[in-house]
This record gives sequence, C-alpha cells and structure tokens, in this order.
Amino acid sequence: MGLLDAKFENSNIIITSMDSLLNWARLSSIWGMQFGLACCAIEMMATGASHYDLDRFGTFFRGTPRQSDVMIVAGTVTLKMAERIKVLYDQMSEPRYVISMGSCSNCGGPYWEHGYHVLKGVDRIIPVDVFVPGCPPRPEALMEGLIKLQEKIRHESLAKRKSA
Amino acid sequence: MLTEFGRVLLFLIVGAVFVAIGMIFAWLLRPNRPYPSKLSTYECGEVPVGDTRVRFNIRFYVVALIFLIFEVEVVFLFPWATVYKNLGWFAFIEMMVFLAILLVGYAYVWRKGDLDWDKPSPQIPKYEHGFGVRETHITEEEITV
Repeated sequence: MGLLDAKFENSNIIITSMDSLLNWARLSSIWGMQFGLACCAIEMMATGASHYDLDRFGTFFRGTPRQSDVMIVAGTVTLKMAERIKVLYDQMSEPRYVISMGSCSNCGGPYWEHGYHVLKGVDRIIPVDVFVPGCPPRPEALMEGLIKLQEKIRHESLAKRKSA
Repeated sequence: MLTEFGRVLLFLIVGAVFVAIGMIFAWLLRPNRPYPSKLSTYECGEVPVGDTRVRFNIRFYVVALIFLIFEVEVVFLFPWATVYKNLGWFAFIEMMVFLAILLVGYAYVWRKGDLDWDKPSPQIPKYEHGFGVRETHITEEEITV
C-alpha cells in the first residue's frame, strides 16, 4: 500500500518535494491506451505517428489498461461502447486520466439531438480531465489537450484533498 | 581480493538491491485503491466469461505429435527435391530409407488405433422394472416411463 499517498492532511517538506519529483515523472511519461472509436482516432493516429510525433511528450500507446495512464476517448461513444469504456476505465491503474477528444465524446456532437444510439458526452460515465473540441480536432489540438493535462498533473499533490 | 565469481556475486547483489529499491519506492508512492471492477480480468472491455484455463482432450496430444513427425518429414523432402538431380541414386535411396522408417511408424500408429477418433458412446441408463422402488418408496403406478 502507498505510505505517502493521501496519508497527510497538510503538505510538509517530504510531500512537497516528493510531489514535484513524482509529478514531473508522471507528466513526462503519460502513456495512452491504444484504442480509437471513430474518425477522431485517425487524427489520434496521425498525432502518434512521425509527422506530429507524440513520443516527444513521452506519450506512446499501450495495449492494456494496466499499463496506461491516459485514456484518449477518440470518437463517437455509442451506448454499446459506453459499457466497455466504463469497464476499461475501471481496469486502468491509478493515477489515471481521461482526455475526451472531439465533439462526439464531448457532448454527442452531431448525434446530440437525434442520435438514439450515442452517449451524450463521455463525462456521463467516466470523469474527464481535458476536453478537446473539434470535429475532428487537428493533431495540434490533441497535443494542446495533452499539454493541458500535463499542467494539471504538475499541480497535483499527494496530500489529502481538503474537500475529501 | 575478489575472485572472478566474486565479481559475479557482486553484480547479483547490486542487481537485487537495484530492483528492491525500485520496488520499495513504488510501494511508498503508488496509490492503492483496489475495487472488484478494477481487479477484474482484462478482456478488451468485455466482461470475462469462464476461466482462463481451458482443458483440451488428451487425444489432441497424439494427433499433434503425429502431425509434427510427418510435417518434419515434408520439411526434409523439400530441400532433397531441389537438389535431387545433382545427387542421383544415392540420395534417392537415402530418402527412401528415411520414408520407409517413417512408414513403419505410420503403420504402427494406424495399428495402435491412434488415427481413429473414437466418438463417445454414452451409456444411457434405462429404467428397469422395479428399479429403485424399495429405496424411494414409490409405487409402480406412480412411475411413468
């Protein structure tokens, strides 16, 4: 079990120095989970390939949720897929993050009103850290989403949250 | 003074300590919040059905073994066939001896019945007149067959 994780109320010297080291390590190697749902996945693949080169952010894609840190929900989340996404998110090891990529997974996108088969936003089933708008978002947009996630990780702390 | 194997021992100790330090740091730092859904078997998002360990019929073992032998026979035949013209009668007789040996094995497995895939012939129990009447205290009129 973790001895430092969420065991202290306030940030002491151990926590803060360990925070900066740990967050740096975590944000420098955000491994993604290798799955795509629709046309956004094509843009995600392009981002991962040599032209946009996601590797320079320390990101590359893993075939199992046990080894991945971030789940990039790239594409239309149908209701059938939503159950699987929930299971996959549950099976990821912590710390885990979710990037919702594209209008479909953000809010249902073009299926917002009449899509009887589409989940209206993936944040209805799993907590989303970063929303990337676009239909589909350009690779640059996904990279900005990843940088936003890195900024978020940079300000995380091992200490107990005040609200919790 | 270290012997040659002393250095090996040193490497082993350093390696073990190196791994141990990594494991201890991970144990200190990692969040540990298990719950049943997180610990469930990864099956590409599907809910896993049944056990991972599936048992196969033992008869597949014999079939696989025989297949392996004759597959290797074919593997040997191909290079022999390509250089057959250059080698002449000697190679022909050699290969015929090889095939004859395997043919004996083939006859053996045939004779032993390993090539027969015996289908199960289950013994279906039949109701016999008066069977089990005394034990269950059922009169014969109640039993309809």
